[in-house]
Amino acid sequence: MKLSHTFGASLAALTIATSALASEQSIIVQSTTSTANSGLYDYLLPLFQDKTGIQVNVVAVGTGQAIRNAQNCDGDVLLVHAKPAEEKFVEAGFGVTRTDLMYNDFVVVGPTGDPAQVAGLTDVQEALGKIAQAGALFASRGDDSGTHKKEVALWAETGVDPTAASGDWYRETGSGMGATLNAGIGMGAYVMTDRATWISFANKQDYEIKVQGDEDLFNQYGVIPVDPGKCPSVQIEAAQTFADWLTSQEGQSAIAAYKVDDQQLFFPNAPKN
Amino acid sequence: MQGIGEAVSLAIQLVITGNADLFEIVALSLRVSLSATFFACLIGLPLGALVAISRFPGRGAVLVLMNALMGLPPVVVGLLVYLHLSRSGPLGFLGLLYTPSAMIIAQTILIAPIVAALSRQVLEDLHGEYAEQFRSLCLTRGQTVSALLWDARYSLLTVSLAGFGRAVAEVGAVIIVGGNIDHLTRVMTTAIALETSKGDLALALALGLVLLVIALGVNAAVQSLRMSARRHAYV
Repeated sequence: MKLSHTFGASLAALTIATSALASEQSIIVQSTTSTANSGLYDYLLPLFQDKTGIQVNVVAVGTGQAIRNAQNCDGDVLLVHAKPAEEKFVEAGFGVTRTDLMYNDFVVVGPTGDPAQVAGLTDVQEALGKIAQAGALFASRGDDSGTHKKEVALWAETGVDPTAASGDWYRETGSGMGATLNAGIGMGAYVMTDRATWISFANKQDYEIKVQGDEDLFNQYGVIPVDPGKCPSVQIEAAQTFADWLTSQEGQSAIAAYKVDDQQLFFPNAPKN
Repeated sequence: MQGIGEAVSLAIQLVITGNADLFEIVALSLRVSLSATFFACLIGLPLGALVAISRFPGRGAVLVLMNALMGLPPVVVGLLVYLHLSRSGPLGFLGLLYTPSAMIIAQTILIAPIVAALSRQVLEDLHGEYAEQFRSLCLTRGQTVSALLWDARYSLLTVSLAGFGRAVAEVGAVIIVGGNIDHLTRVMTTAIALETSKGDLALALALGLVLLVIALGVNAAVQSLRMSARRHAYV
């Protein structure tokens, strides 16, 4: 009898834990990893929670997975960086509206030896072409994330199909940005990363930014509340409040104020209304 | 090996300064994995005992299956639980995804086969010794099972520790169904994965050391329980 008593108690504890979660106003944000890994949410969310009392829970995965999770109705807000995929998400009826939120840029980092001699280039296609020509190691996310989609598009513009050399000089890690940086740095490969992740990344070793400043490396983030028409479980009011706050003057200034090592990581550019 | 020294001092520093976030994460790790071990034992021990004392056609295949399921990849378990608990899945209405409950469910599924398969082996060996006696006493199947479970309780404690070890160390399942949400579903292993992806390898390793010490603590607690029970038995 003791056993069944303990069992009952555990079940009760489980139920209480779950219902306590439900009673508190909280939303789930399906997010790209860069905004989470760079510490932006740790800075923004307390400000938002103090103002509205809404608890924001962040699930940080690659953009591709974040979109799929949101399509399964497992989130209230989507915050990612792959504009074409985001627009498709809204067109398919999963999102209410997509709003530009902020931007930063991608950079290509590499070892001090710079085997492909790309340091200082501001033309990313030229740099990728030189990397391919030299057969220098390049570590790709290979995970259908926003960064990976961008990288694939840049290779296409370069006119090189790196997947032909997959496993040779082109190494697809199939992992997140941080894991790919760890792997790339471990094997001496070039890596394309968003600047925010790079600045806050702690395991840089002898790596530095080799290629930056090309307009094509622009990285736009967008925010989309998930549509309650498709997903009745969505807490649309709280989700909209969060999206509105992020794009409001207050939210935008907070984004601009977030710095790591005295460097601004994200540049707000929501349309003023 | 400078990194390891740094990690050790960081680990000690985290524990000594009573880092609140760390304690929260440790507490959740213990809560999730101990609950999962409890439920896995609730399912696995009777199941293992039943299979141990029963003879039926296809028993060999069941044994192979039980043993094979010990090697369930955590990521696969995580995905299966995610697909069921997702709002668009069959159990989505429960709203359990991204809660500690979902993590307990995933780890229970992961380690129940370990508990069942190992306890089956332990109990079958024991049953071989007692089978004649049980028959002469005309025990029912239920009585046989409870007698075996009681008699093998110390070995089964080790079996449950094997399950706990697997649960507390895995990251693949809990990161999918829990989402590694700060202050809600972040446990030791997902925190380690996060710090690794941030490139903060020293902190990741320090957290790993803390996890190791916790596992040591749980095992030591069980061991002392066992020894004091033995002492009482001989008084």
